[in-house]
Amino acid sequence: MKIAVCVSHVPDTATRVKIGADRKSIDPNGVTFIINPYDEYAVEEALKTKEKLGGDSLVYVISVGTDANKETLRKALAMGADEAILLKDDNPRDSFGIAGALADEIKSLGCELVFFGKQSVDYDDSIVGQITAEMLNYNCVHIVVDFKLDGNKITAEREIEGGREVIETELPAIITAQKGLNEPRYASLKGIMAAKKKVITEKPAAASTNFSEVIEMNLPAPKKPGRIIGTDSSAVPELVKLLREEAKVI
Amino acid sequence: MNKFSGLDYFDITSLLSEDEIMIRNTVRDFVSAEVIPIIEEHNRLSKFPIQLVPKMAELGILGPTLPAKYDCAELNNVAYGLIMQELERGDSGIRSFASVQSALVMYPIFTFGSEEQKQRWLPQLAKGEKIGCFGLTEPDYGSNPGGLITKAEKVDGGYILNGAKMWITNGTIADIAVVWARLDGIVKGFLVEKGMKGFSAPEMRGKHSLKASVTSELLFDNVFLPDENLLPKTVGLKNALMCLNQARYGIAWGVVGSMMACYDSALTYAKSRIQFSKPIASYQLTQDKLVYMVTEITKAQLLNLQLGRLKDKGLLKFTQVSLAKRNNCEKALDIARISRQILGANGILDEYPVMRHAANLESVITYEGTHEMHTLIVGEDITGYSAFD
Repeated sequence: MKIAVCVSHVPDTATRVKIGADRKSIDPNGVTFIINPYDEYAVEEALKTKEKLGGDSLVYVISVGTDANKETLRKALAMGADEAILLKDDNPRDSFGIAGALADEIKSLGCELVFFGKQSVDYDDSIVGQITAEMLNYNCVHIVVDFKLDGNKITAEREIEGGREVIETELPAIITAQKGLNEPRYASLKGIMAAKKKVITEKPAAASTNFSEVIEMNLPAPKKPGRIIGTDSSAVPELVKLLREEAKVI
Repeated sequence: MNKFSGLDYFDITSLLSEDEIMIRNTVRDFVSAEVIPIIEEHNRLSKFPIQLVPKMAELGILGPTLPAKYDCAELNNVAYGLIMQELERGDSGIRSFASVQSALVMYPIFTFGSEEQKQRWLPQLAKGEKIGCFGLTEPDYGSNPGGLITKAEKVDGGYILNGAKMWITNGTIADIAVVWARLDGIVKGFLVEKGMKGFSAPEMRGKHSLKASVTSELLFDNVFLPDENLLPKTVGLKNALMCLNQARYGIAWGVVGSMMACYDSALTYAKSRIQFSKPIASYQLTQDKLVYMVTEITKAQLLNLQLGRLKDKGLLKFTQVSLAKRNNCEKALDIARISRQILGANGILDEYPVMRHAANLESVITYEGTHEMHTLIVGEDITGYSAFD
């Protein structure tokens, strides 16, 4: 079976981002980019599924973006994915535009099972997997914490308020991974060396319409400094009063 | 996960290849996830975290420069150095484990062993199924290994080994020991296996340093070694010194990890610790300390990278390794002590890593050639006069 994993190249969550000169994107200078953390769960689940299926199953890893995305594709190859495809577009795309390119590639590869991270930690739309499923007319289970494949049948679990929802569906399907689905493997050093020999196929991303546009980016307003109202227990009554009347949190 | 992004003031990362960066980052993440959360407790209990061995093996950090045919990753020496650096950011004892297994056990078997010995031992050592140790130092022969008195005698079908080794990392947990002994006056390497009659490896207790690492004596009382346990290509003490040169190379890199851990801890603390209504990082005396650290770390990083590039080109001189080991250990210890000062009283607690690193580095500056011996090695090289024999 052909399995696809769609990965996104995002700023490291520990990075402090600055807004770029165009006011519409972040300034990439000095920013470390990593594989989207949720996509690591997706890669791991794809690899686990491949290992279980055995035979001639293949894991394709696909990303839409610029040459910079190769770093993330290389990481997925080092973890054990078989082939990587970079769908190039130097212009920004919204979720719909990205899904269009991915759907086109998944279709031409003939992948029946596709894993996504539940969302990218850059724009946090949490929608690309579902749009792609709709475009391909695939089944979709979003934000999955447990996944089983038996023949054509999929049993997936989602976390819901106070419990778990168990969903049954069948291939072809798109699954989006939530933290807890698995424990992503480290790219072993041998895997990293093996990945050097694997090819990243580059092709232009299929044309697709964007339905939204970033007009402007702004940093959140700086936090107001705190106020010290005392340093011993005599300040407690005043503190309680302020928490009640001013902050209105108790 | 405790995110650690390293210190790279001169964008030295830009001098690394894509796979070197990926290897460094992978080991860095491994250390953050697997070593940092457990190391203080193990250090407190003087316990080596042996549960990490299969994980280190799976990652591929045991004997990583050796060929793929022995189940190794076939990395270059810069990548190896980066692995050592990241491991020692966790703890010198963890780095010592990997250093010994790779540079002092797998390297001599690979370099001086027969094909049968390589086939038998290297894949198992790479997979962490077997642990190794290296026995050169003796109670009375430290800086002067040429005087060693452990002795092998040829007998029918093998050798009889007698003597004792001391300060042996991994000794008690080792399945195999690479032991250096005199055979007809010439120093040769032997493979001594756990369980051989007359061989014991009691652990040395009471250490204030490298507490999360096993240090042992090796005692040989008429141990019979079959013929095939001689490393056939060993011809003298220089072979043992070749191994030490490998290990010293790893140490030069490793201690930069300690430096970064201490600096990171000191910087974070200095920015958050308020005295006289201001963070102590805002005071000139603290900034002087922090700038000294960044400067020495950056110098050591550049030194190491060139050391590694020379090694990969086959141009590295052992005297250059001595210079780097000498400098980097000294500066690492300085940085650990200065970090402790910045942390004030908090610096002595194991809530912070600096006192552990400081204590570890007292061993690291001594083993694999003391600071003084490396001074004299470089001294001899530049003057032409040997000051020690």
